[in-house]
Amino acid sequence: MWKWLHPYAKSEKTYQLCGALTPWFSLLAFGLITIGMIWGLLYAPADYQQGDSFRIIYMHVPSAMLSMSVYAAMAIMALVGLVWQIKTADMAVSAIAPVGAVFTAIALFTGAAWGKPMWGAWWVWDARLTSELILLFLYLGVIALYNAFDDKASGGKAAGILALVGVVNLPIIHYSVEWWNTLHQGATITRFDKPLIDSSMLWPLLINLVGFGCFVGAIVCQRLRNEILLREQHRPWVKSIAMKVAGEK
Amino acid sequence: MMTNISYASAFFALIQKEFTQVYQHKADIVNPLIFFVVVITLFPLGLGPEPNLLARIAAGIIWVAALLSTMMGLERVFKADYDDGTIEQLLISSTPFFIYVCAKMVVHWLLTSLPLIILSPVAAYMLHIPTQGFEALMLTLLLGTPILSMIGIIATALTVSLPKSGVLLSLLVLPLYIPVLIFSTSAVDAASMGMAYNGHLAMLAGVMMLSIAVSPFATAAALKININ
Repeated sequence: MWKWLHPYAKSEKTYQLCGALTPWFSLLAFGLITIGMIWGLLYAPADYQQGDSFRIIYMHVPSAMLSMSVYAAMAIMALVGLVWQIKTADMAVSAIAPVGAVFTAIALFTGAAWGKPMWGAWWVWDARLTSELILLFLYLGVIALYNAFDDKASGGKAAGILALVGVVNLPIIHYSVEWWNTLHQGATITRFDKPLIDSSMLWPLLINLVGFGCFVGAIVCQRLRNEILLREQHRPWVKSIAMKVAGEK
Repeated sequence: MMTNISYASAFFALIQKEFTQVYQHKADIVNPLIFFVVVITLFPLGLGPEPNLLARIAAGIIWVAALLSTMMGLERVFKADYDDGTIEQLLISSTPFFIYVCAKMVVHWLLTSLPLIILSPVAAYMLHIPTQGFEALMLTLLLGTPILSMIGIIATALTVSLPKSGVLLSLLVLPLYIPVLIFSTSAVDAASMGMAYNGHLAMLAGVMMLSIAVSPFATAAALKININ
């Protein structure tokens, strides 16, 4: 496995791999999201309590789950970059961070839009909501730190360390906020813990989840390619790509 | 000439150097403390002097003020050493680099947080915290402020090479301070209501141990990135 992975420490190989993967991810994402959304929004039965407004789940749950798993992916990349000094991993950190931030923002926004008709409030200081908001702050910190550096190589490394420090904090934030709430207000509305939903609603959700995952994969691959080109401008292989593109025009 | 000094003597020599440096800029210690007192004074003025209301939110006020005043001194922690090349010299010396980082953390805590802990009963009295909450407040500050110093210094190390890091620093540090704030204020609230709060203290102590284990190395790594 190590032999198989090792070429991807070279940015050129990673660039080619991402280029090869992008169309597959894009195609899968397009197909699955189309199926999932049409199935979920048009054909899945309405909820007996929430009526049609529960359908926001098909946007909300995938983005909320991805907001967290994307952070985990970013932290793993940061660890790889820090421990094995692989610079493509550092580039991946800065490529992933804005994607995760956008999904966290989408999860927060769709959650608020769902909360208004269900709970009668756009925002409640509930454990889930608060920890998700902190997650957004962590993402924004990583992005801000990366952009503050003129030298992108050290900026990427610094952002990686911050991402790792943040991941140590993530479970603490989660449990502490839960604890804080139970102490102050007793049990809160936890719609995430409701009984397993019916399979007619679950299937489109799962399809959407995989679809959004592929969507993230496609964007990250594309962003990583850009990042590699930007940081490796001076390399001959980047120059030859630029020449080829210029020649085609 | 190659002299190997023990880790302990290197540590104390570095602490001594810090104190000599700070002695030349006394305002750096006093200003965060004044800031702490002023912020606390603002709340009764803004909310009205009603004792029950103040007692209810006092733990949060004192902790937020402590958090902000801890942050005030952070920006200058590595600035002078970075500008005059001390950090580079220490990086190539035979003494392990984390000893320097540990000395910085200890000194930062001694200078910014210890006076604040000593002052906190006065603040608690002014904000009408019930007497049984005083001990909890001081204990949470004692356990919590070292965590603030350690997390803050990691972020400071990350931004040391940037010309203007003040606002960025607060963006990086404040989200990481939230767990400490939550555990500490809920401990004080529990104590004020006469409930047991040793669970909260245990969690804080756990977070502190984790910070002690991780932060010197994270800081050292962050400084090395900025030196290149």
